[in-house]
Amino acid sequence: MNIIHVENLIKKFGTITAVDNIQLNVESGQMFGFLGPNGAGKSTTIKILATLLRPTAGKAVVAGFDVLTNPNEVRRSIGLVFQDQSLDDRLTAQENLWFHAMLYDLPSSVFVERADDVLRLVDLLDRRHSLVRTFSGGMKRRLEIARGLLHHPKVLFLDEPTLGLDPQTRNAIWKHVKELREEKGTTIFMTTHYMEEAEHCDRIAVIDHGKIQAVDSPAMLKRMIGGDKIIVSGDEALADDIKKAYNVDVQKIGNDVHFQMAAGAEFVPRLVSDLAGRIKSIQVKEPSLEDVFLRLTGHSIRVQEGSSLDQLRQAAQLWRRR
Amino acid sequence: MRLALKTVYTIWLREAKTFVREKFRVVAMIAQPLLYLAVLGNGISSGVTLNASGGINYLTFMYPGVIGMSILFTSIFSAVSIIWDREFGFLKEVLVAPVPRWAVALGKTLGGATIAIVQATILILIAPIIGIHLSPGIIVEMWIMAFLIGVALTSLGIAIAARMSSMQGFQMIMNFLIMPLYFLSGAMFPLASAPTWIKALMTINPLTYFVDGLRNILFSGTTMATGGLVGRTIVDVATRAGLIRWSLIFDLTVVAGVAVLLTAAGAYRFSNQAE
Repeated sequence: MNIIHVENLIKKFGTITAVDNIQLNVESGQMFGFLGPNGAGKSTTIKILATLLRPTAGKAVVAGFDVLTNPNEVRRSIGLVFQDQSLDDRLTAQENLWFHAMLYDLPSSVFVERADDVLRLVDLLDRRHSLVRTFSGGMKRRLEIARGLLHHPKVLFLDEPTLGLDPQTRNAIWKHVKELREEKGTTIFMTTHYMEEAEHCDRIAVIDHGKIQAVDSPAMLKRMIGGDKIIVSGDEALADDIKKAYNVDVQKIGNDVHFQMAAGAEFVPRLVSDLAGRIKSIQVKEPSLEDVFLRLTGHSIRVQEGSSLDQLRQAAQLWRRR
Repeated sequence: MRLALKTVYTIWLREAKTFVREKFRVVAMIAQPLLYLAVLGNGISSGVTLNASGGINYLTFMYPGVIGMSILFTSIFSAVSIIWDREFGFLKEVLVAPVPRWAVALGKTLGGATIAIVQATILILIAPIIGIHLSPGIIVEMWIMAFLIGVALTSLGIAIAARMSSMQGFQMIMNFLIMPLYFLSGAMFPLASAPTWIKALMTINPLTYFVDGLRNILFSGTTMATGGLVGRTIVDVATRAGLIRWSLIFDLTVVAGVAVLLTAAGAYRFSNQAE
């Protein structure tokens, strides 16, 4: 069953097309990732799915409800963890949760039970009565995830859930998200521009300039690349000989020869026996999602990272001008 | 409807809770009017006497104006916290919740009005210190007026802040809303003796009616003991002197009417904001 269904979705801000005619289906219980650089249209899509933004054209159905005709039912069915924090730091962790429970109309007996439950899930049980102002960035993010879960949403949207967090906290958050999906069967829809994080997903949509370039599992996407990357070092003539012998494109980078080969690990013994005595070292690398992204879009996802703050600012200004 | 009321209550409670935790705001609410009354009020009244005041000193004249000013500041400040919430993201949590947005605006308005009552109470407690004596009846009437003007001003602030997204807007509000509303409210000088164009601006300022109403209330309970005017209430004296312009009923009706209109406007603007 598709819990999210998106058809011909378009969102324009003035002359800029942020979301360009995308189609999308997410199955119930999946962890679905939206992978793309900053400004690719990830957050805009999430905002439309969460009823915070009206699409220019197209249709989006979340948990069986149309975001345009039935926004309140959609809101009731989803949880949201925003890119930037949305807690009241003058309130305690518990009070933030209570506030959420009131707005989502949970009876107080249910709230007491679930608050314990979600705070335990994110390891904040002992800090529940501390003011959020005293929390670290990672703790705040974990509290937001806990809050997003409090009303047992069918779909949890995570917009760059680990942006700006240290690796340790990132791992902790992933652990929690995975546990959560196993325990509650919540569908998770997340955006990220970290390749390593996209690996956690069941399916990934690669998005660039508002268009979806491909949708598949990380393994299938990587298979697209056409095999593993093999790096060989040895004598000078190695590159030409490999090119002739196996009919592959080779690249010389320093003393190393790079080429792609399906089932790379199985290929190594053959390579060694064919070129006996001429090889100093061999490395076999599985293609990364970075390679996939490069192949699909023709540019690296990292290129724009340096100026991500500027882009955020630009986006914010665009937003205000509307 | 039950959910809407629950929302109003929830938002109101958040306003109240965060208000209590901001010690600085509470201190400012006590210190600012004290400064105005003790320093400015006493300073002016020792050097200036009101024209034809019939013995009413400047401090007594100014006291209702300082209440008006304090409520103006706290109410607009409560409303403008929307910009703050937007800047720091909390507003999103409220906007994605499955609750009617007008109820959110109403909760915020009532929060602002509650704080206005607290502000009025602080000034009521200060009154004896500066030699103004209030009866229980007067205090109740002052509370009612404070609540109504608190509703009106917070809603006005919400209507403006609902479409603002940066703290730069805050400075604009200070300069182009709070200060003119204050100066043109009759808090510092009486309407009767003001130049015509100022008089015109004062008549369209809702705060003028609050200040005028408060003077009606304050002066009604007391009779003048000096100057051979025994038996006449200060209201008579003050009206004659042009310090009071309208009747209490008129002031109250205007303030209540404006409160209703602005509440509707604030709720409408908040419900139809972009994000």
